[in-house]
Amino acid sequence: MTKVETEERGLGEAGAQLSTAPSDSLHAPALGVIGWARWFWRQLTSMRVALLLLFLLSLASVPGSLVPQTAVDATKVDAFKAKHETLAPIYDSLQLFDVYSSVWFSAIYILLFVSLIGCIVPRSWQFIGQLRGRPPAAPRRLDRLPAHTTWRTRAEPGQVLEAAQRVMRRRRFRSRISGDAVAAEKGYLREAGNLVFHVALIVMLVAFAVGQLWKSEGGKLIVDGDGFSNTLTQYDDFKSGALFDQEDLAPFGFTLHGFDASYERGGPQKGTPRVFRAHVKSWEGADGTERRSTIEVNRPLDIAGDRVYLIGHGYAPVITVKDGQGDIAYQGAVPFLPQDGNLSSVGVVKVPDYRDGNGKKEQLGFQGRFMPTFALDRVRGPHSSFPALDYPVLAVNAFHGDLGVDSGVPQNVYQLETRNMKQFKDADGDLFRKFLRPGETVKLPGGAGSLRLDGVKTWASFQVSHQPAKGLALGGAVAALAGLSASLFIQRRRVWVRAVRGKDGTTAVEIAGLGRSESTKLPEELADLAVELQPDAPALPSPEDGASGDTAESAESAVTAESAEGEGARA
Amino acid sequence: MNLATAANENLADISNVLIYSAMAVYTLAFLAHIAEWVFGSRSRVARTAAALTEPAAAAGSGSAPVTVRTGGKGGGAAVAERPRVVTRSVTGARDVPDGPGAAGDDEQGDLYGRIAVSLTVLAFLVHAGGVVARALSVERAPWGNMYEFSTTFSAVAVGAYLVLLASGKPVRWIGLPLVTTVLLDLGLAVTVLYTASDQLVPALHSYWLWIHVSCAIISGAVFYLGAVGTLLYLFRDRYEAKLAVPQGPQPGAFASSVLERLPSAASLDKFAYRINAVIFPLWTFTIIAGAIWAEAAWGRYWGWDPKEVWSFITWVAYACYLHARATAGWKGRKAAYLALIAFACFLFNYYGVNIFITGKHSYAGV
Ligand code: HEM
Repeated sequence: MTKVETEERGLGEAGAQLSTAPSDSLHAPALGVIGWARWFWRQLTSMRVALLLLFLLSLASVPGSLVPQTAVDATKVDAFKAKHETLAPIYDSLQLFDVYSSVWFSAIYILLFVSLIGCIVPRSWQFIGQLRGRPPAAPRRLDRLPAHTTWRTRAEPGQVLEAAQRVMRRRRFRSRISGDAVAAEKGYLREAGNLVFHVALIVMLVAFAVGQLWKSEGGKLIVDGDGFSNTLTQYDDFKSGALFDQEDLAPFGFTLHGFDASYERGGPQKGTPRVFRAHVKSWEGADGTERRSTIEVNRPLDIAGDRVYLIGHGYAPVITVKDGQGDIAYQGAVPFLPQDGNLSSVGVVKVPDYRDGNGKKEQLGFQGRFMPTFALDRVRGPHSSFPALDYPVLAVNAFHGDLGVDSGVPQNVYQLETRNMKQFKDADGDLFRKFLRPGETVKLPGGAGSLRLDGVKTWASFQVSHQPAKGLALGGAVAALAGLSASLFIQRRRVWVRAVRGKDGTTAVEIAGLGRSESTKLPEELADLAVELQPDAPALPSPEDGASGDTAESAESAVTAESAEGEGARA
Repeated sequence: MNLATAANENLADISNVLIYSAMAVYTLAFLAHIAEWVFGSRSRVARTAAALTEPAAAAGSGSAPVTVRTGGKGGGAAVAERPRVVTRSVTGARDVPDGPGAAGDDEQGDLYGRIAVSLTVLAFLVHAGGVVARALSVERAPWGNMYEFSTTFSAVAVGAYLVLLASGKPVRWIGLPLVTTVLLDLGLAVTVLYTASDQLVPALHSYWLWIHVSCAIISGAVFYLGAVGTLLYLFRDRYEAKLAVPQGPQPGAFASSVLERLPSAASLDKFAYRINAVIFPLWTFTIIAGAIWAEAAWGRYWGWDPKEVWSFITWVAYACYLHARATAGWKGRKAAYLALIAFACFLFNYYGVNIFITGKHSYAGV
């Protein structure tokens, strides 16, 4: 309720400050720099500007959901840029690929939070003042209030007021007797809740900022049986906030000991994953005793303040390559990257140390395609028809020449640079391409060596997240929720009871209440109060009893408590 | 196929039959409501016009006596005596009594209205049965895709309406718009959005699915009731504004007939505000629960995924509305527009984001 409104009703002090909301005025400022500065500050911390900024904030969030965002999916952004050559630079200059860290988005929420702080501080002071103060005295005319009732009694005015104060206290109103009336107020928690809510918003913003600045997040692919320890060099990829220091990486690690995956075997959803579960042994700190645990989607591992999430999984064919001399040139599990829902996967094997049949030094490269459940049809050719290892087959192409790994330029381990390589050809001059089952060996043409598929291991990829201040964010959110609920569910209201001796010697009791316009419980509460006062101030029969269409004026003279049989349709 | 899956497919079929049956009963309820409105149009009330155009007498006293309900609990004589509390509305607001409801003062209309409510109760039970059967058939919360989301959504909206009715709130006027939109929603669900019952991908295996999604559905369904109230408020407000200026253009006969039977603009506005304010904390909780789940599933509690962005926008829009209600010069129609924008954001988050934008939340089988 604004000041203007209450003053219109002639309630003065009594109606003021039922909320600590700042009142808005657009009056032009007094002259001078200070005048302008104060004017500007008053505008910024006004409800109208807060409303405007809130609206702008929601509007400004929209493009971020329509244009791909670098922070969410960088590859999508690249694809978008490649597709829209004219649009992309414009978007770029408008920071539309980084909406939530853009200058304009930041400007809006920073202004909003400045406004919030500028609003919260004076409101808190004002609220403390209201808590210290006493409920305001009764306005002169109680019948002007939104809810009002009155009756006459033979009880003494003083007695009535004392009884009224007792009733108010029982109902947990703060009350006092001033003059010929009891003034009472209740529902301060509403205001407190509202302040807590707004402060909690600030807490959440701070928590969010801390999280952004000090977070770190790294990805790591681990083949079954292998391990990881939390140092920068071990990560496949790593992102961190601006103030993150690599010294901050917590000391821990883990090894992968088995990965369970199960899939729907039949029906229209065939192949849909059901369970993914990684079994790990982890250690923490310097002494590092090992602990067994499992990591599942939705069930990360909590370790040393960080969390380890299961992100993906796939297959790693175990391959042995022998060179032209019969010596082992390469041996190990090679992670292949899944290409589709049935885990048809691709990968490469690079063999930098190799001698051909004549003992000449060269390099070998294999491009492989792995199908956990091999199937062949006319349209799709060789492919995988199910994600589990039902009938695994590896298809390989073999190259020889220069891998380019010595050039110093970093290479993608999942791609073969074939520019300086030649593909092997078989006896007929066709390109050399073979399919292998586990345990099978293929011989390279011309005694160049062999490749054996020893078996297949699974791999799982993990994300290690370090997200500081998330407890603070949660605390802020919970406080915001509690404050909000208090603010929306609790009604703040004032009630006055006046008892005055009339000319005829009886006492006129008046009860009136003032709440916020949304509250409808107030009339009922007044009625309850009146009923509770009856033992101490029994009503006299009203001369006008039964008269309908009461007006405030007639109510003033006398209305007896009447039986409310005709329950209103407006209840 | 083993026995268990066969049983489940049976249940899924039963669920489909129940949803179709519910649609049939809703259609009957719809017709009954139409009859209620048609018969109700025979009674001419014109109370609104009278209240608005009666000269200063009304403005001077500006009060409508409210007879307060008896406590009813003990039923004893102690609570039978209740004083009459005189209320007056906020200065500047129109003082208009609520309309009598769709049936007006027509008995036959009222009868049809009651039939419509009874049919709605029946349809709701069948509808809820369909949702439960679906849940049993998939052995999980029935909120894994848009079909299931839509059917649950309208069931909750009708449930909330019936709860309001049962607790004595005069809200029968929502009946017709609600039943109409429920029919539309179910029609869309069984045709465009239908997905055979199936299991969830591991990412959705979490008790947070129960918590987060059920709260989202309840919030949305209740926000919907609020939006209906807001929309009707806008019409009714315009209608009252026209009546208040007898020299200006007057509402047409049809508009008058419909609008004068609705509650007063002030009542509709209050209704919409209360509904929105009551459910806003639940929507806040929905987002918090979503953030906790996202933290458990994806390693960050907030990542500006499209679904998250639109939940945020919806939340800020409703916060805007609540602020507007407390800002001088923004109460009334302007705040109502904000409420409608906020609900549009909610709808877009549900349909728009699922269908047009790909993000981590995109449901299978749209
Ligand atoms: C960060 C953005 C903000 C958000 C999300 C927000 C949200 C809300 C919400 C949801 C309410 C409704 C709760 C209630 O009615 O008690 C509310 C109330 C309120 N807000 Fe904000 N608010 C924000 C910023 C501000 C600012 C900057 C101000 C000061 C200018 C402000 C002043 C108020 C006041 C005075 C109320 C209570 C109104 C009343 O008494 O009914 N808020 N706010």
